[in-house]
Amino acid sequence: MSEVLWNTAASFTAQSTSITTFDSFAVSVVVKIAFALGLFFVVPIVGGYLEHKVMGRMQARRGPVEAGPFGTLQLVADGIKFIQKEDVIPRAADRWVFAAAPGVALVPGMLIFLVLPFGPGVFALDLELGLFYALAISSVSVLGILMGGWASANKFSLIGGLRAGGQLIAYELPLILAAITVAVQAGTLSLVGIVEAQATFMLPGTEINVWYVFPQILGFGIFFLAAMAELSRPPFDMPIADSELVFGYMTEYTGIKFAMFLLTEYGGMILMSALMVVLYLGGWQLLPGVPLPGCEGTGGLFDCGVTGTLLGVGITLGKIMALVFLMVWARVAYPRLREDQLQRFAWLVLVPLALLNLALVGVAKVVF
Amino acid sequence: MTGYDIVFILVALLTAGSAVLTVTSKNLFHAALFLAVTLAGIAGVFLVLRADFLALVQLVVYVGSVAVLFLFGLMLTRAPIGREALDGQNRGLALVVSGTLFVVLSSLIVSSFGGERAAEVAGPGIEVIGIAIFADWVLPFELLSMMLLAALIGAILLARREDGESGEPDDEGRIEFGDEPSTEAGAHELPRGDSQPELTSGGDR
Repeated sequence: MSEVLWNTAASFTAQSTSITTFDSFAVSVVVKIAFALGLFFVVPIVGGYLEHKVMGRMQARRGPVEAGPFGTLQLVADGIKFIQKEDVIPRAADRWVFAAAPGVALVPGMLIFLVLPFGPGVFALDLELGLFYALAISSVSVLGILMGGWASANKFSLIGGLRAGGQLIAYELPLILAAITVAVQAGTLSLVGIVEAQATFMLPGTEINVWYVFPQILGFGIFFLAAMAELSRPPFDMPIADSELVFGYMTEYTGIKFAMFLLTEYGGMILMSALMVVLYLGGWQLLPGVPLPGCEGTGGLFDCGVTGTLLGVGITLGKIMALVFLMVWARVAYPRLREDQLQRFAWLVLVPLALLNLALVGVAKVVF
Repeated sequence: MTGYDIVFILVALLTAGSAVLTVTSKNLFHAALFLAVTLAGIAGVFLVLRADFLALVQLVVYVGSVAVLFLFGLMLTRAPIGREALDGQNRGLALVVSGTLFVVLSSLIVSSFGGERAAEVAGPGIEVIGIAIFADWVLPFELLSMMLLAALIGAILLARREDGESGEPDDEGRIEFGDEPSTEAGAHELPRGDSQPELTSGGDR
């Protein structure tokens, strides 16, 4: 029995195309959607649990302990609680816009999971425009936040929505510029292609393989800060600043709709971390220049056996969780930026630095 | 009737429907949201026509930026919060203009392409587009970006209030100093109307 399972798994993974591609188009579509949705609902919950535990430890608490072993089911229990709660819509609110807003914020995140590569062949789609697709789709979710802020008919929500709009527009620019710089260096927009380009990138004049985080440490820093600001997470959480705005654009939301906004945030955390892993940290490579066991394709990244595939997925998820840990650490360590500092930082520091980074990498790409 | 035709008709109906709702909606904010749906629908039309790069550009520029700026602008000005309505009085004029435009455009399209079935096109890849823009058409591209830059600077100049230009020093409307009693009290003393302090401090960021 286990032999049969192993052989089936091996037949799936012994290819460099996606494991979710089948002969029948309809089956492929269903499997791809199920794959992306499954990842979207499971990985953010793990990230959320990590945040609860790490924040607890850093604040000399234990974090969740009751639900499940070591509190691992805390977020599942929270989800069940959210579903049971009464769905309150304020009388003055604009019902339809109010109800649609969490969905508009959530769906783009789900769509981006379609192109994220988690391991050799473990992705739903390898689009030629993968990186541009991810950035373009993610720019839509700000609509949902503005809708929620306006439709709540509450001044705290409105101010929160305004701040979120201003912040997301401001930090989208350095984020996209930093990502473009990676695309320039890799010479492709495909996310799988970028991982491959990193595995075969040698320091000029040597045989040493390095990830893009080393030549582009500046870009990585810009991307990391801008990603945290895009997610409105502390220390960039001016839009939901709970000490002055109650909870910003989420103030009037209860039950499942509030849970959808929360899932957007956790999903976004995973999404941005996964993009950083793909763009700067070598994707599913264990160490620079070290091929995965059993992988024979380019740079030891493709045509893997079952072990290599599973190991690749594990490495990607491990890197994602390490970045989530960094974000949580920043949240606990730093106080919130003031609104004017936040905008000044984006326009006067991050954008010029991102442009400088782009120019430097462009010149280096031509010279070497 | 192929699958593409069916998808195209569905996307076109969605786009046209939300376009009509954009102009008939009495609520300004709803109109802006329907405009966002219309623009996203046009991205869908591009996708059906296999111009995937153009579809994503449409999404990031028009839905992700233009529609968001519309909503942002509405929230900054006096758009009513919640369910209240606001209505313009230019329906007749708008109907004439858009009707004329529709007749002209549709007669042009029918006279140029009517009756023939266009050959199926698979859009050029991103590499071809990139080389075309940055190698063959680099001069028009740079000129266009200069024009956009000029427009940007012009917008900043128009929006910025220099000292003395509007008859009042700039600092009076600012609220960043702690010694102002409150934004509302400060605003009533100014002759410019009550939304001014917010805007001035907003422009300063």
